Amino acid sequence: MIQHESADASDPLLVADTLCKNYGRIAACRDISFSLYRGEVLAIVGESGSGKTTLLQLLSAQLAPSAGRVSYRMRDGIMRDLASLGEAERRFLFRTDWGYVHQDPAMGLRMAVSAGANVGERLMAVGWNNYRDIRNTACSWLERVEIDVDRIDDAPRTYSGGMRQRLQLARNLVTEPRLVFMDEPTGGLDVSVQARLLDLLRNLVNQLQLAAIVVTHDLAVARLLSHRIMVMKGGRVIESGLTDQVLDDPREPYTQLLVSSILPV
Amino acid sequence: MTAMIELRDAEKTFTMHLQGGVELPVVRGVSFQVGAGECVVLSGPSGAGKSSILKMIYGNYRCDAGHIGIHHHGVKVDLATAEPRQVLKLRRDTIGYVSQFLRAVPRVAAIDVVAEPLIANGAARPFAREQAAWLLRCLNIPQRLWTLPPSTFSGGEQQRVNIARGFISELPILLLDEPTASLDAVNRAVVVDLIDEKKRAGVAMLAIVHDDEIRAAIADRVVDVTTFAASA
Repeated sequence: MIQHESADASDPLLVADTLCKNYGRIAACRDISFSLYRGEVLAIVGESGSGKTTLLQLLSAQLAPSAGRVSYRMRDGIMRDLASLGEAERRFLFRTDWGYVHQDPAMGLRMAVSAGANVGERLMAVGWNNYRDIRNTACSWLERVEIDVDRIDDAPRTYSGGMRQRLQLARNLVTEPRLVFMDEPTGGLDVSVQARLLDLLRNLVNQLQLAAIVVTHDLAVARLLSHRIMVMKGGRVIESGLTDQVLDDPREPYTQLLVSSILPV
Repeated sequence: MTAMIELRDAEKTFTMHLQGGVELPVVRGVSFQVGAGECVVLSGPSGAGKSSILKMIYGNYRCDAGHIGIHHHGVKVDLATAEPRQVLKLRRDTIGYVSQFLRAVPRVAAIDVVAEPLIANGAARPFAREQAAWLLRCLNIPQRLWTLPPSTFSGGEQQRVNIARGFISELPILLLDEPTASLDAVNRAVVVDLIDEKKRAGVAMLAIVHDDEIRAAIADRVVDVTTFAASA
């Protein structure tokens, strides 16, 4: 398996430096700076249109910033500006060291090929070529995400929404990425299915010492999963800090409104 | 005696933006210390700011001014100005918090809820589960409940699971927020024993308790929070 470079844990994994993104006259992201460390889970919260998804796309090199930059510590320990990476290098990052969990699993999976192939494909992309090894690893990942191994040869279009989302996780995590981006990972799922996925995610993040950047509008998801939180409004980060501190002692008017808008169960 | 917690002129005010920006001063000039192996109890009526002080020391509430010195791996760290990452490190290695209410995680069995802090700190799972079982037994949680998620338990049972989770770790500082609030006499006595044991192990504890009998049983010193009143 791929060996992780034992970079000093006190070195940041990803650094955003005064990131801006304009769409014409509209500023979708303004002056966003932060550092993310190994094993750290950062939640980005805010209502629709606040710039969360644009920020996630900037951070994952799917969009080029209008100004500012994103640097990432590669497995060799060297910090690289994402904009300076060639297309092949960027693709390699996406296949190995990064995961991207879409809200809609159909965006992150190939719906017509088997579950096993969905998981195995990421391994083949990094040079695995022994069929038995690939299948065994795919099986063990299906088990880890609580999918019955009997379903390995079925295509995800025959899966329920919750199963698809868990399969998407397995596909992303099989190459042991160090950083996973998640866009509303529990959006669109039933509450009971959400709880199971959240619990699974929380355990995997702990076991694998994953760093993650999770975009969510659900503060309960942020509380359960994240160490740190950034609150966005109008393209800016208006408040950030330790998750329970921001949620228990919100300082900004908008954050106070968000926190007080949670419906009690 | 080493001061494990040392507050100097700590201050807390809430600004309620949804109520037209009303300022609610809670406490000001909070200064006291807690040494290793002692239990200090905060006293004062409801609303005096006892919980706010505890939450500032744990970092759930921001401290608006002053210092909150925490003895962490032999070095004093000011929690009032610490980075989130540092606060998390302090919580993992140094400060534990036992609240009244369990924030139940769906699907996790009671015994694993209790064992989790030990495992997170690197203990082997069988050992952590053994310790968890011992604490659950001490706190009279029937064994048939151990493998069930505590979200379905009664209030008192959830609180005891939470106490077990708080006491399982070997952290040098424990903050106790009404740990005995809804417990019966038998279980209150168990908690008093657990606190005594922690004292002997040199743990510094800061507690809020409303029950006079418990206070008398655990307090080495009492700090009167009304002397830190911020309003008028």
